[in-house]
Amino acid sequence: MELELSLGLFYLLLLGFAILMYVLLDGFDLGIGILYPWFNTDAEHDHLMRSIAHVWDGNETWLVFGGVILFGAFPAAYASIASTFYLPIMLMLIGLIFRGVAFEYRFKSDTSKRYWNMAFAVGSSLAAFCQGLMLGTLVQGVPADFINQSSFNWLSPFSLFCGLAVMAGYALLACCYLVMKSRGELQQKAARYGQRLLLIVMLSMLLVSLWTVWIEPEIRARWFGGWHALWLIPLPLLSVLAARLLFRDLGRVNRSHKAETAVHERHEERPFWLASGLFLLAFIGLLVSVFPYLLPRQLTYMEAAAPDSSLIFMLPGIFIFVPLICAYTLWGYKIFAGKVEDYQEGY
Amino acid sequence: MELDVSILSRIQFAFTVSFHIIFPSITIGLATLIAIWEGLWLKTGNPQYLQLAKFWIKPFAITFGMGVVSGIVLSYEFGTNFSKFSEIAGAVLGPLMAYEVLTAFFLEAGFLGVMLFGWQRVSAKMHFFATVTVAIGTWISAFWIIAANSWMQTPQGHQIVDGKFEVVSWFDVIFNPSMPYRFTHMLLAAFITATFVVMATHAWYLRKGQHQDFGRKGLSMMLWFALVLTPLQAWVGDLHGLNVKEHQPVKLAAMEGIWAEKESNVPLLLFAVPDMKAEENHYEVAIPGLASLILTHDWQGELEGLKSVPAEDRPNVPMVFFSFRIMVGIGMLMIGVALLGAYLRWRGTLYQSNWFLWPVSFMAPTGVIAVLAGWYVVEIGRQPWIIYGLVRTSEIVSPLPAERVLFSLTLFVLTYSLLFGVYLYFMRKLIKKGPAPIEQLEQQRIGVKASGYALSFTKTLATDADATSTKGAN
Repeated sequence: MELELSLGLFYLLLLGFAILMYVLLDGFDLGIGILYPWFNTDAEHDHLMRSIAHVWDGNETWLVFGGVILFGAFPAAYASIASTFYLPIMLMLIGLIFRGVAFEYRFKSDTSKRYWNMAFAVGSSLAAFCQGLMLGTLVQGVPADFINQSSFNWLSPFSLFCGLAVMAGYALLACCYLVMKSRGELQQKAARYGQRLLLIVMLSMLLVSLWTVWIEPEIRARWFGGWHALWLIPLPLLSVLAARLLFRDLGRVNRSHKAETAVHERHEERPFWLASGLFLLAFIGLLVSVFPYLLPRQLTYMEAAAPDSSLIFMLPGIFIFVPLICAYTLWGYKIFAGKVEDYQEGY
Repeated sequence: MELDVSILSRIQFAFTVSFHIIFPSITIGLATLIAIWEGLWLKTGNPQYLQLAKFWIKPFAITFGMGVVSGIVLSYEFGTNFSKFSEIAGAVLGPLMAYEVLTAFFLEAGFLGVMLFGWQRVSAKMHFFATVTVAIGTWISAFWIIAANSWMQTPQGHQIVDGKFEVVSWFDVIFNPSMPYRFTHMLLAAFITATFVVMATHAWYLRKGQHQDFGRKGLSMMLWFALVLTPLQAWVGDLHGLNVKEHQPVKLAAMEGIWAEKESNVPLLLFAVPDMKAEENHYEVAIPGLASLILTHDWQGELEGLKSVPAEDRPNVPMVFFSFRIMVGIGMLMIGVALLGAYLRWRGTLYQSNWFLWPVSFMAPTGVIAVLAGWYVVEIGRQPWIIYGLVRTSEIVSPLPAERVLFSLTLFVLTYSLLFGVYLYFMRKLIKKGPAPIEQLEQQRIGVKASGYALSFTKTLATDADATSTKGAN
């Protein structure tokens, strides 16, 4: 397959960047909601909410960004993907609505707090599950005679499994984020959950990889045809290495608490980056499997690309604003850097 | 009954977009007001302005949150429910929305965190900067989405290749003929909406005899704003109407209830019941010649009527006709309130005139209702076209199974009804709680930005706040 340098390819990479940013940022953010039921006290819940109250909105904007890049650069793909996944998208949106409003209302509620706790946990889990479901369907590919928007393609054992796997992955990111943002008992809890989730995530990744290679001859050829395996072997190897380091760091945090010694700062911050690295590697693996399709085995990015007039028009905006966005998003994170304190802050 | 997916998708979009527009039309203006108050506080040092900003930032936060979550729905609904439309018009509308996200959504979200939670973490000037950025972000967002909407009303700058739209001139697409009018009209509408939400609340405090200084300051400012903004809006609205006459004559005919193919000396209908079958109006109450005068600046001026196009090219006339009258009626009422307020202020009896404060305190939703009515005129008036004169709405709906759309529509109706109730409940709760006392606000400012300050100070504050909130509850 030839890789032609084109505007279409640039937008495909940009779309990939947007999705990766979304998965990492809203990943830990939704993950906090998924972990929510495993924390019990009001104080713990307060802490979880506060750790992300100032960033959830920005994190979710990456989802909108991914959506509009798809809309603007690949209108045909936006149209077919969105209408194919009608129900999972609608359910995801409803989930995002409930978890989003829970932030504001929970802090202002007295009697209805437990309903907002529920809205936050269920909404986050539902949104993550639907995202996994769609991801699974995309990897699996939709049958060649597909145009029928009334089918239930997105409902298969594989896609259901992917839904759960993505939930576990987000929860793992959230654990690592919490290790960075909290201290004491909560931090220890996060580290302990993180270790278990890491095992689940690695097992799921292995299972999903084998499953796709098993059911999709095209993906099998992509990974094992010719010398491909040799080029691609670093991906799984690096993943295992990252997982190993991550497991060790989380273990150290947990042990420090048991021994009642101070947790090393490096061990508090590194897990989040290692987990992000793990996601990055998995994402690259995914790209290897599905490239050049936007809707696998249906629609490639070349076929779906908008006319050049549209692609060129967006370029200045992207080159000026994406770096700016990254800069002030980073600035926002820096302002709220450090541990979450257990007192009411802000407006 | 056979379910029609096209009707269901359109109802769902109308419902979700109507729900969404409520919140930005409040937050655009409210963000601007908060920025103004913070700026005035920095400039004058008068703590009353800080009190205003700090009080209104809470209703702003929940309103903004509602706007965010209901807005994400829309950015996906184009594709889920109107896949053919997305496919043929995506190359035009997609990039405009991409610019909205790049230049506005991220900006708002990025600085909102600091605006809401950063009071103890950044300097007062930096905080002001964040607030101003959020406010400007809301305007930029309105700019792009209105450019996209206006292109669908008065499309230009494109060509159609293999049934799909391609852009020839982006300048022509963005600055299409109706865009400058619609943008100005909408931005002013948003400022006025927020002005009346704030005005009503402060009038309510005065009427109840609570927070007198706070109530007066807010009411006074809002009446000044209304005095400038509402007549200005009437003028801009008139210009916008002239623009509709030129580019969308059928919409104008529906707004004014004109049936004859061509009519001169057209009366202004204060009331009527348009009948689409009989192609005439019933129960007309009219001022002769006035519509001609307003729209052509000549009593004898000629206007095009609905019969100039075949029946299948006409919008739903009664809905456009009545929505337009609701919007204009509320506009007139607002001008009246602004003028009466100015007169009472001149007489020196403004804050004592309960007969004035009482109805004003119920005017909080008027701006939102006028905005909704105005958008119904715009959108229903464009029908049966989705892209005016080029693409029919009936042609571009996703061929989904109708039950699926019915299912999602039901979910949205349930979710939004529930959340709207919750929103009103919390707005009421915040307003009943009232502003924080000035002494407490001033105390909060001491030593801000000193290292370790946020931690040590806010801990003591937390106990203070608990004490005051229990007092406030009594």
